[in-house]
Amino acid sequence: MDTPILSVQDLSKRFAPGAPPVVHDVSFDVKDGEIFAILGPSGCGKTTTLRCIAGFERATTGTVSLRDEPLSAPGVHVSPEGRTIGIVFQNYALFPHLTVLDNVAFGLDEGPAAARDERAREALEMVGLSGFEDRQPQHLSGGQQQRVALARTLAPEPDLILLDEPFSNLDALLRQETRQEVRELLKSKGMSAVFVTHNQEEALSFADRLAVMRGGQIDQIGTPEAVYYRPRTLFVAQFLGRTNLLLSQAAGTEARTPLGTVGLDREAEGTVLVSLRPEHLSLEAHEAADGTLATVVGRSFKGHDITYRVCCQGNEYLVHTDNRHLYEPGETVAVRPLEPAVVLESQSSPAEVPRGATPEPEPEG
Amino acid sequence: MNTSRALDAIRSRWYVALPVAVVVGGVLIPLAYLLLRAAQADPQTLWDLVARGRTVRLLGNTVGLTVGVLVGTSLLAVPMAWLTTRTALPGRKLLTLLGVLPLAVPGYVMAYALLATTGPYGTLAQTLGLVVPRLSGYTGAVLALSLSTFPYLFLNLRTAFLGLDPALEESAQALGHSRWQVFVRIVLPQLRPALLAGGLLIALHVLGDFGVVSLMRYDTFSYALYIQYAASYDRIYAAGLALLLLMLTAAILVLEARLLKGRLFHQTSSGTARSATLHRLGAWRWVGYAFALSVAGASVVLPAGTVGYWMADSAATGLPWAGLGTALWDSVRASAPAAVLAALLSLPVAYLGVRHASSWTRGVERIAYLGYATPPLAFALALIVFSLGTVPVLYQTLALLVGAYALHFMAEAVGPVRSALYQAPPHLEEAARSLGRSPLGAFMSVTFPLVRRGLLVSMAFVFLSAMKELPLTFLLAPVGFETLALNTWSYAEEALFGQAAPYALTIMFVSALFVGVLLLREQTARPSPSEAT
Repeated sequence: MDTPILSVQDLSKRFAPGAPPVVHDVSFDVKDGEIFAILGPSGCGKTTTLRCIAGFERATTGTVSLRDEPLSAPGVHVSPEGRTIGIVFQNYALFPHLTVLDNVAFGLDEGPAAARDERAREALEMVGLSGFEDRQPQHLSGGQQQRVALARTLAPEPDLILLDEPFSNLDALLRQETRQEVRELLKSKGMSAVFVTHNQEEALSFADRLAVMRGGQIDQIGTPEAVYYRPRTLFVAQFLGRTNLLLSQAAGTEARTPLGTVGLDREAEGTVLVSLRPEHLSLEAHEAADGTLATVVGRSFKGHDITYRVCCQGNEYLVHTDNRHLYEPGETVAVRPLEPAVVLESQSSPAEVPRGATPEPEPEG
Repeated sequence: MNTSRALDAIRSRWYVALPVAVVVGGVLIPLAYLLLRAAQADPQTLWDLVARGRTVRLLGNTVGLTVGVLVGTSLLAVPMAWLTTRTALPGRKLLTLLGVLPLAVPGYVMAYALLATTGPYGTLAQTLGLVVPRLSGYTGAVLALSLSTFPYLFLNLRTAFLGLDPALEESAQALGHSRWQVFVRIVLPQLRPALLAGGLLIALHVLGDFGVVSLMRYDTFSYALYIQYAASYDRIYAAGLALLLLMLTAAILVLEARLLKGRLFHQTSSGTARSATLHRLGAWRWVGYAFALSVAGASVVLPAGTVGYWMADSAATGLPWAGLGTALWDSVRASAPAAVLAALLSLPVAYLGVRHASSWTRGVERIAYLGYATPPLAFALALIVFSLGTVPVLYQTLALLVGAYALHFMAEAVGPVRSALYQAPPHLEEAARSLGRSPLGAFMSVTFPLVRRGLLVSMAFVFLSAMKELPLTFLLAPVGFETLALNTWSYAEEALFGQAAPYALTIMFVSALFVGVLLLREQTARPSPSEAT
């Protein structure tokens, strides 16, 4: 196995000796050429983690190493300028008194001026901004500013780049397009990157792997698919998208749930909370009944599919289906699980656990 | 959480630690030393000093003068601010300028103008044959101080008037209140913070004033201090008077803080409020003009005219070019280094306050403001006692004078630098560091170019303020040092109005530049009322 480019081990950060840790025993590795996301609600410690990697904050305990070289460790703190790590800020932090070219050339302080300018021009060309060299950054659009920031960070060829909420200042339409472009650019350069976001869709579509963070700790690390389809905890299940929570009686690989007997992704015994994504359920006419009966409460048509709200024994559940059959509110239908349910790690007593369809995850900030 | 970081930033960087130490030490040590010296005196002697009837009279006079000037400035500033912000009076912009221009007339020049106008040898008697009793004492002092300081209140009130949400007044009107009731019940209470802030500045001015009370011969703490210093230099008594003056200042600061507590008014809705509907005055507008023009006449035209008149008188006997040149040079060579020093000191202080905001850094900023609030005579006396007691070489040197100017006027320098720093977000420096710059390198290449303008404004403020400063110069100037302010004052003090005129004119020119810088700054960046100096 090749050594990771970035290794974070048991990183903790307290801002004052007595204060609770903002980051608590966080560990993860980033492989060479990988795009790694840290996803979490605001205040979960993700930005502090990023700033510890960049060197703007001193880690209280734990180590951060880049290619096996310790950057932060007990008694070691390499200054930000001593780390070959670039950072793109949420507000881009372009120097307002410098032109676009001078901004990009800022980190290139070796060699003659002409050579520096040449490299800066190349970096600008790479992000598709040739011809903007002499502009002032404040006269560019948000998307262009972001690309200048990216060019400035990439120009000195860092080993790793960090991106702090890089797309949140762009409007929704531009965001998807830019995300795709930036991902392709980073991949074509073989660049390793860590980025921080509170937007689950962004993390799922932009990252090769992601860590879900809550309250200063990492709940789960994995590929977008693994984290989405096999959430480890209730928090991860809820934060990554809407899901149905079922309090069930497990016996081995099956469990009795309010929606009938369902297969489980792993063996379990006793009372467990399981999660079934809405797209893992389907509705059938109740005459051909094979599943549990439920009443349609509401329907919202989304073009490529339909989301039904159905009521079963007093709880509401969500079902995504393709739109070949239409059921009217009030109609009785049969709910059938298509995939095994995911057993969530128990964290609180069953009485406090939410049941039924979870609300829309709310990305704050 | 931020205190430890602020301390970190200070400890690890000498170029932050040194200026902060100079500011804190420079302001606090002399004051503490003064306190210590007074405490060493025999308690009985001290008590006799304080408890005698003269002290009570001085206290009464000082408080009475402060109250009189507060009333006087309110009578001038409230109508002027209302006229220029809330009415449709044509020419409001010009009237606004007239409300600010008196800042170009320092109190002692105003006092000089009043003295030179009235009395049997005054301008009025010489030109119109009109002999009015010479203004002096309480009336003279109140008039001179009110006319020269009301712009501080005017500027604060203007900002407050412009910030009022007109919806509040309209609601009150819709609830059946008359215009006058609306003004008294809705507008005035909301003006309270501005009245207090402006009033505080004016009260500090009155307590710190030396030029006016000495020219008008009105017996306040400052005047008594001056007499002590000039005639019979009794160190213990002078220190005692300085301490009483300091305690009075502290009492006013505490009173202001208590009055303001929990009284900060906010617009209830966020976003930009509509601007208020302007009152149409109709025939009353002539009253408005008459008021504004008589205020301008008394505060600007009178001193300018008086100085001009006596200038002509002086020109007949030959203008003192040599003396003027020397005085200008002395003023500049003390003020210019003070401006640079104050700007250099204010940069780390403002930087800490903006980047590492915590109770600790706020404390450092407060101390900078304390240097400004301390009455200059008391501050100068503390510096004299301190330098004589510890480093006698410093006594009566240019260096001590420059240091005193810088520490006293630093508060004026912190404001512009701080607003400039807000334009340079911390991420810029962090971006520069991640691109390979050291902390100092990142600051110099990124932040410094962005605050350069603010620093220049700071230097201009301090330079121009120091040029017209009287009491600090009076006590601390090296022997034979003759600034413009000193000359104006000493000639006026001896009623040599003709000789004083050229110096007074130069001072007014310098002060007009100060007003120019102030207005320029108002236009480019609207400062919040709290940072108005």
